[in-house]
This record gives sequence, C-alpha cells and structure tokens, in this order.
Amino acid sequence: MGWIFIASLVLALVITHKPLGDYMYRVYTSVKHNVVERFIYRLLGVQADSEMRWAVYARSLLAFSVISLLVLYGLQRLQDKLFLSLGFDPVPDHIAWNTAVSFVTNTNWQAYSGESTMGHLVQMSGLAVQNFVSAAVGMAVAITLVRGFARRGTDTLGNFWVDLVRGTIRILLPIAFVGALVLVAGGLVQNFIGPHEIAGLTGPTNMTGGPVASQEVIKELGTNGGGFYNTNSAHPFENATGWTNWFEIFLILLIPFALPRTFGKMVGQIRQGYAILAVMGVIALFSVTLTNVFELAGDATVPQAIGAALEGKDVRFGVANSATFGAATTLTSTGAVDSFHDSYTPFGGMMTLFNMMLGEVAPGGVGAGLYGMLILAVITVFVAGLMVGRTPEYLGKKIGAREIKLASMYFLVTPILVLVGTALAMGNEAGLAAMLNSGPHGFSEILYAFTSASNNNGSAFGGVTVNTPWYDVALGLCMLFGRFLPIVFVLALAGSLAKQTPVPETAGTLPTHRPQFVGMVVGVTIILVALTFLPALALGPLAEGLLS
Amino acid sequence: MERLPSWIRQHLAAVRAVIVLTLVTGAIYPLLVTGVAQAVFNHKANGSMTDKGSELIGQKFTDADGNPVKKYFQSRPSAAGDGYDMLSTAASNLGPEDVLDVLPDPNGADDAAKEGKQSLLTQVCARSKAIGELEGVSGARPFCAPDGVGAVLKVFPAIGTPTRAVSVNQACPAQPFVAEFQGVKVECGKPGEDYAAGRTVPVRGNVTDVKVPADAVTASGSGLDPHISVAYAQLQAARVAKERGKPVEAVRKLIADNTTGRALGFMGEPGVNVLMLNLALDKE
Repeated sequence: MGWIFIASLVLALVITHKPLGDYMYRVYTSVKHNVVERFIYRLLGVQADSEMRWAVYARSLLAFSVISLLVLYGLQRLQDKLFLSLGFDPVPDHIAWNTAVSFVTNTNWQAYSGESTMGHLVQMSGLAVQNFVSAAVGMAVAITLVRGFARRGTDTLGNFWVDLVRGTIRILLPIAFVGALVLVAGGLVQNFIGPHEIAGLTGPTNMTGGPVASQEVIKELGTNGGGFYNTNSAHPFENATGWTNWFEIFLILLIPFALPRTFGKMVGQIRQGYAILAVMGVIALFSVTLTNVFELAGDATVPQAIGAALEGKDVRFGVANSATFGAATTLTSTGAVDSFHDSYTPFGGMMTLFNMMLGEVAPGGVGAGLYGMLILAVITVFVAGLMVGRTPEYLGKKIGAREIKLASMYFLVTPILVLVGTALAMGNEAGLAAMLNSGPHGFSEILYAFTSASNNNGSAFGGVTVNTPWYDVALGLCMLFGRFLPIVFVLALAGSLAKQTPVPETAGTLPTHRPQFVGMVVGVTIILVALTFLPALALGPLAEGLLS
Repeated sequence: MERLPSWIRQHLAAVRAVIVLTLVTGAIYPLLVTGVAQAVFNHKANGSMTDKGSELIGQKFTDADGNPVKKYFQSRPSAAGDGYDMLSTAASNLGPEDVLDVLPDPNGADDAAKEGKQSLLTQVCARSKAIGELEGVSGARPFCAPDGVGAVLKVFPAIGTPTRAVSVNQACPAQPFVAEFQGVKVECGKPGEDYAAGRTVPVRGNVTDVKVPADAVTASGSGLDPHISVAYAQLQAARVAKERGKPVEAVRKLIADNTTGRALGFMGEPGVNVLMLNLALDKE
C-alpha cells in the first residue's frame, strides 16, 4: 500500500506541474498589474514598473526581511498586551529572537511548544504571515536567477516588490484558500477556541483549538513547516486522517516540482526545465524509496523488540506513509513532521539528515530548491568544462571566474555553518547538555539541529533541548546566514549573467537537456555532499546503525 | 518622499509592505477561511466534538491512580504530559538504540539519580509485560527480560575475550536473565556504577510468538493518537466483554463498526477509534 501511496503522489504531481508551472510563468512575466495589486503598490509607495539592478533588488529584499524580523519579534514580546493572547506571557527574549529568525528565513525551527506559548494572534498574524511571504521571497529569488539566464545585455532583473506581491497574492493565497477548506473537510479545526477543560470519558481532559487549517495549508505549501501545535503534523487537529496526510505531502511538493517548468518556459527551452525536473525527480524517488525500505525493515534493537519502527508514529499514518512524509519534508525545506525522526531506525533517520545535506534541492523549498539546483547545474558545467578543457557555458551564458566564485561561495555557506556549528556545540558545556540520547545518537541530534537550521529546514531530532539561550542564539545565526548569504550570492550571480549576451551554441557546447547531463548533475550533487558530510555522518547515524 | 536617500525609502516601503501583507494574509485570509469553514463544516471546524471530548483526540481511560479502567478499551502509551494532554503534546523522541537504563540509586547525588531513567527498550518491555498480565496473555518480546526490562549486557573489556558481563538493566538482587555469557558468569546491575566502558550487547532471546501488538507498547508521534490497531482491539475484546458481562461477539462487532479503513483503499493504515468504541459500548 505504501508503494501505491508514493505512486499516486507522483501521478498527482505529473498532472499538476504543467498547468501550475505555466501559470507561474504568466504570473512572473506578465506586464499587467491587477486592481488589487495597483492599490497595494500605491500603499507601499513603490513604482511597480521600475526595474531593479541586482544590488537594489537584494537591498529591498533584505530591508523587507529585517522589518519582518523586528515586527515578528515585537509581536511575540508584546503578545500579552494585544488581543487573542489566550493569557499567555510574553515570549522570552531568546525564544522570540530564535522564532522570529526561524519564520522569516522559511526555516520554522521551533524552540517553543505552540499550544502553551503562542496566542492565536501571534500564530495567525505573525507566524502564518511569514509562512506566506518568506515563501514568496524564495520564489522571487529563484525567478530572478532565471531572469539572469533568460535576459541578455541588461543590468536589471525585475522589481522585488512586484515579485513579492504577485507570488503572495496570485500564487500562494488562492491555493491556500482552497487547500484550507479541503483540510477542514478532513477534520482540521478552524476556530478561535483557547485552552480549556472539558469532560472526558473517565475524567476531565484538556482541549484547545485555533485557526489551524488556514495556517497548516501554507505551512506545507510554502515549505515552511512550523506546527501550530508542538507535535506538528502528527497532531490530529493538524493532520486528521490518512488522506489529509497524503494531501499535505502533495502540498509540500506541489510548487517545488512545478517551478522547473516555469524555468524552462522563461528561458525559452522547456526541455531545459525538464532536465532539472529529472534531476530532482531521480534523487527524490531514490530517497523516498530508501527511507521506506529502512523504516519498514525496522533494523535496530528497539524496533526489533517492538516488531516495527512504530515509536513516534501514529496508527492512522502507519510506518510507510510516515516514512514518505519524513523524506518529503527533508527533501524540501519544509521540516513539518508527522512522525518523530529521532525515533526512526538509524538508517531511516540518516536519510532525513542526508536529504537536508543535499542542500534541499530535490525538489527543495519553494524557490530555494530551484535556485539551489541551478547553482549545482552551474557547478556541473564547470566540472565538465574542466574535463574537456573548454570554457563552460549554461543556457548560452559563459560561466567565468566571477560566476563560478559566486556559485562556490553559495555552496560553501551551509557546510561551514553545519560543521563549525556542530563542532562548537560538541566542544562546549552548554552545547553538550542538550542531548537527550547518549553516544552516536546524541551526536546525531546535534548534527541534525545544525543541519536543519543552516539549510532552513526546521525539523528536528526532537530529543535535543533547544530552548536554551546558547542554542537559540547559535541556531538563529545559522538560520540567518544560511538563508541570506546564499540569496545574496544568487542575486549577484543573476546580475552578472543578465549582463552577458549569449554565446552561440557550437559543436563543443555541452548539451544540458539530455540524460547524460541529468546523470552528471545527480553525480556532482551526491559526490559533493558525500565528500563534505561523510565524516560527520560516520560519527552519528552510520556508527549507530553499524554497531547495532 | 523622492528626496529621501534610497535606503530609507526601501525601509519605508518594507514597513508598509509588512503591514499590508499582514492585513491580507494574517487577517483577511484567515478570517475568510474561518467564516466559510464555520458555515460549511461547522462540526469539523470546531473539533469534531462528542459530549465526552473530540473524536479525533485520544484519551486515557484510566482511574485516578492511573490504572486502566477494565471495562474500557485502552489507548496507546502517550508522551504528552501525563498522557494525552492537549496542552503539552509530545513524542518520546527516544532513539532506536536507547537500551541502557539508569538504575534508581537511593544514594544518588540528586533527584535525577535517585529516580533513575528507563530506556525506550525497558519502557517497551515493561508495557508489554503489564498488558500481557491485564489481558491474560504472554507479554514476552525479543530483547526483553522476563521481569519486564531490556535484556542488555555490558561486556568487559569492550574488545577481546570477555572477563566480566553485567545485566545492566536488572538491579541487584535481581536474577540475571541469562546465567552466563561466553563462559563468564553474568552479574546483576549495581545502581550508581558506571558501566560506560563496556560493550553493549542486547540479547534477543528466543521469543518468536509475540502476543502484544506493536502499537500497544509504543508512544505515538502526536501523543494524542485516537486509534489503536485492529489487533490490539481484538486482544482487549475478551477482557472488556467479561467486565461488561457481554458476549465477545457483540464486542467484536462494535470493534468492526468503529474501525476506519484506509482512505481510498491505500492511504494510511486501518485503526480503531478508541473513544468512539468506548462510547458505543456505554450506549448499549
């Protein structure tokens, strides 16, 4: 049954990627603004038709993110003074900082427990808003990089405010509205009920509610992942049935798998988009399959004693569908969980880690996945160029010294954050104190935390106690640098590509739409990641799995 | 406005953008969804409530002392607060090789040492044993000692021919679950002693016929799992029927009535909704 579940998801994505990809192409290339948008641009005081150079685009994006950060921090610190606080205290400063960074960077790492920390106003008008706009920012950056390839001899790349507003209003909002109602039909709650006691069958029991469905849908669609409640998409009010589980995985993968089509249309060669889609698809299928195999095999002492890897999993999802969710959430930058990765088998848990270490490119977060994958394609043509001794080019644009420097810096950001962060934590009392499990599994918890934060995923090997000032600050910095440094490098790369006039294709040009190129990108991706992270994986999940 | 430096203009636009987008996505959108959801799916939008709690949220069916109420079907173990607490939902987050207990040490330095800590393996074994006793079947499982703790040895030295073996989860004066390991006599575990240097050897034993299902001995992800497996419900049927003086067939029929199959035949797994089953039993 688990295999039909996967096959049906693939089928659904095959059906949707084309219309959605084409629609997004029209959204980002249309010259017309609709009435609502014109009104919004007037309120914003921006000239919607003026084009930006990359540096202006980047500064606008950073300005928007800084203000978002401040507003979200303020909302949390002042929640007791505002309405719908449910009587909760202001969020402590280090948690508020961590949470603000987390949601603005599309990470949604959660150092708090939703049902006992955040009032409905902070959830609905703070956290959920960032679920929308951080996703729209990711898409804007991806589209800008694509424009860099598509445009010729210009130094402008579009208008950040237009990309932001269109992504939010024309793409995310309509899908979210319909999706939220589908989820309510499945049993998710949508109300303003706060914590209270009710009569249970054998005694009083606690109950709470909230505007959950409207937040759940964008949490998946925007590959954000921050749960309304502490147990995230395992909670019955966030994920009520076997089919809402399917639908939530579908929402996670919907936009990331449609964007390559948008890319292909924008560069005028749809087959180039399909090559990128093929790379994503191959890696994703491989990873989902392996995660299922490892979890179903249940190869470790405790799962053997239990008879299945069922610790941390709910009956209505079962082992196989939980494994598929776990793979989908880490292959993208989502980080929502319907089962707890800390209790996965050693190799099943390693797959979730490895997925994130791939840089979340298969298919990756909304936008972030596409630009990550395009960077890998650039690195691949560079490697191929070295092998045959020709100047590498991609989509007619020369990959010269400046381009490859930017691409390399992009790639190096996350490994540095992950490995240096983990090393600091292991060499520091405050870092070590957070482990729940001991030995290799404890190391995996810390490695997972830094991998998740630096890649803007947000899922956790939940045993680690992260709501301490040391971790809140350290992981907050990882999230911040892990998000915005790569974005700046991508925008700079887009700027330098847009300036070039395309070189004509010759017999020596490496075709980048054939299976050969797809295979090369897959190879480069896996080799780069394996070389970078294998030593760390060997100390954690590999040691645990092989010793048992 | 036009005369301001560009970086100030950008930040002013950013402030306005955050405000406007907050109104659109953080007020208009959720309120609109709430309005439609309340109008069209009123029962579901408000939590699918029965008069004894939500049908989606699991409960514990225990008495004031935490013992199972025998006339009710029992839910899975839960790591949410004291069990099934909606205000502190949690999973155990314990790993697949979490097999070593910290034995309670009466002379321990602090409360944590005095209380000790059960490994996930021992929790599984203890639950299996307790459920076996409650339902009148064997609670034996692989890697579990007969006294309901994980069957795990620490062998010294870590590499080479063993000279010493300790059953670390069995506090003295317990009888170790095996008498000897590779010719070395197995000792019971002494609270407070540090066995970290030894090699960890979980011992599978020869149990093949496991009677207590997997979901019965594991905590769910949500901590609020409303379902149990059909197998676990069937295991409890005889006990519940006896407590209520009903024929077992009648109880089994109610189990079937409250079993949710896979959606569309392939999504998720079948489960029995414990609250709805217990409510149906009370109604008869």
